[in-house]
Amino acid sequence: MTLNPNAKMEETQKGTEVYNVDPLIVKSHYEIDYIHSYAQDSEFFRALGKKKIMGSKCKNKDCGYVYATPRGHCMMCGSETEWHELPNHGKIHAFTTCYFGSEEFLPETPFHLVMVEFEGVNSLFMARLIGADEEDLHIGMPIRAKFRRNLRFSPTDVYFVPDVPK
Amino acid sequence: MIYMKHKGKDVYMVSGGVTKFAKATPDMDFRLRVKKAFDYSLNDANLTLHDIDGSVASYFADHFQRQLMSGIMAQDYLGLTPKPSKRVEGGGATGGLAFQTGFEEVASGRMDVCAVYGFETMSHVNTWKGNEFIALASDTNFDYPVGGFYTGYYAMMANRHMHEFGTTVEQLAKVSVKNHGNALHNPYSQSPMKITVEDVRNSPMVATPLTRLDVCTMSDGAAVAILASEEKAFEISDHPVKVASIGTGTDTMRLSDRPFGKVPLLANEKESDYRNLKYPGIHSFRAGRTAAKEAYEGAGITDPLEEIDLVELHDAYTSSEIQTYEDLGLCKYGEGGNFIDEGKSSLHGKVPVNPSGGLLASGHPVGATGIMQAVFMFWQLQHSVKKHFHDEALQIKNAKRGLIHSHAGTGTYVTVSIMEAVK
Repeated sequence: MTLNPNAKMEETQKGTEVYNVDPLIVKSHYEIDYIHSYAQDSEFFRALGKKKIMGSKCKNKDCGYVYATPRGHCMMCGSETEWHELPNHGKIHAFTTCYFGSEEFLPETPFHLVMVEFEGVNSLFMARLIGADEEDLHIGMPIRAKFRRNLRFSPTDVYFVPDVPK
Repeated sequence: MIYMKHKGKDVYMVSGGVTKFAKATPDMDFRLRVKKAFDYSLNDANLTLHDIDGSVASYFADHFQRQLMSGIMAQDYLGLTPKPSKRVEGGGATGGLAFQTGFEEVASGRMDVCAVYGFETMSHVNTWKGNEFIALASDTNFDYPVGGFYTGYYAMMANRHMHEFGTTVEQLAKVSVKNHGNALHNPYSQSPMKITVEDVRNSPMVATPLTRLDVCTMSDGAAVAILASEEKAFEISDHPVKVASIGTGTDTMRLSDRPFGKVPLLANEKESDYRNLKYPGIHSFRAGRTAAKEAYEGAGITDPLEEIDLVELHDAYTSSEIQTYEDLGLCKYGEGGNFIDEGKSSLHGKVPVNPSGGLLASGHPVGATGIMQAVFMFWQLQHSVKKHFHDEALQIKNAKRGLIHSHAGTGTYVTVSIMEAVK
């Protein structure tokens, strides 16, 4: 048993950064590493290392909806989907050039963002596009997929470039 | 779809309050801001705490303050404990969803008087960190790591709308000119501005084609709406406003999953209007159309342009205001650009849209926004704008029936509620 009326909190030099005193505004720091599971989407990320974009196709024969961005179950009929390899060539469905962005991506600005459409596929795929100036982009422009050699296991392991002869 | 199998009791709005939205209000935390809006609404209707049966708390992101359970902190600060309350969250549509939850509390007969309070404190992080938090409201496997920026997503939708329908950047800019201009007469607004189309186009590009003045700001703010049953409403107020109907729609989280199907038609549209249109794609908001359809069926509206006197809609981007004209059936799909060109949505136009200045100019403290719209609409339909704004420039003279519209994500949750003056 301890009953010590002289107990004293240790004094340190760990102060607080203050921005303003009235009202009192202080800096409060926060960071965290997540243990993020890609779960049923895992195969998509693994396949990028084999230079393959894996979408999904509804297993229900009466449905057969094909998704460019994979999902484990079909939004049209609720059935399970199976992995379905997409072509490496597509077209720009819509585009933008971001001059600002979230803090995480601000150092990468400006960058082009595109929605990609693939022949014979019912839905779209969002990606970065490089190798073209803003004024070169247009809807319907043929583009093709390229893949990072050193994977980050991020959807940016696949990106698109203009589909023109090298 | 059959509208509301069991319609429940009639619901009225009896009072409201809003704080002045601002980039940062560090002298007040969210509890005090809610308290100010709440007291304003109590005082305006001569209500006391004892009259409130329960509440709904409306706020979007716990990240902004790193404070979980903010809802109960507001409930506690207001002195509403131990009465029933819950938090409602659905991105940008949080306020609209919470307002509709308050409607349901009263319609079900559970509460006679329900306070719906909304708030957001966005000033505790810098603008780019704030954009990162907002972007976490996109699929973190496939969307956030690629773009991670909502203005980028909306820019692509605008790009496609322009491609499908010939909408121009000048038409987008006109929305900004209109809404910032209306806000000159709204003392609660964050960014009143007299600007031109050239000013909008010359402001810094954020994501082509959207410039700084095509995009709403981050805000601190709070808003409160008090809803009541018919019996209570007429006890409390000589001028309650009826919430005639509510409608809610949803769509896929990922923009990439939007189908290319057929337009769900409103009463005044025919299939031949849209023979070659693949819908919604990424140019239109199926959730907005679905919400409008349910709300119109509930209120018996068959020709929205003729039967609605004014609209407060979710213009987080100029482009989304134009897209929403079409979803709401104020014009046909593809005619949104002409609708602004013809001045139909201007303050003295056919159906004034965002007479308050909307999100673009009033500000967008997410959880408060949809409730702010309800409060401004309530004052319009009460014909009490002069009393609350100390300026009657924005009072719509013939305001009898109004529409409020709240919108989340890339169009994932959308609410439409119809409000009607009773005298």
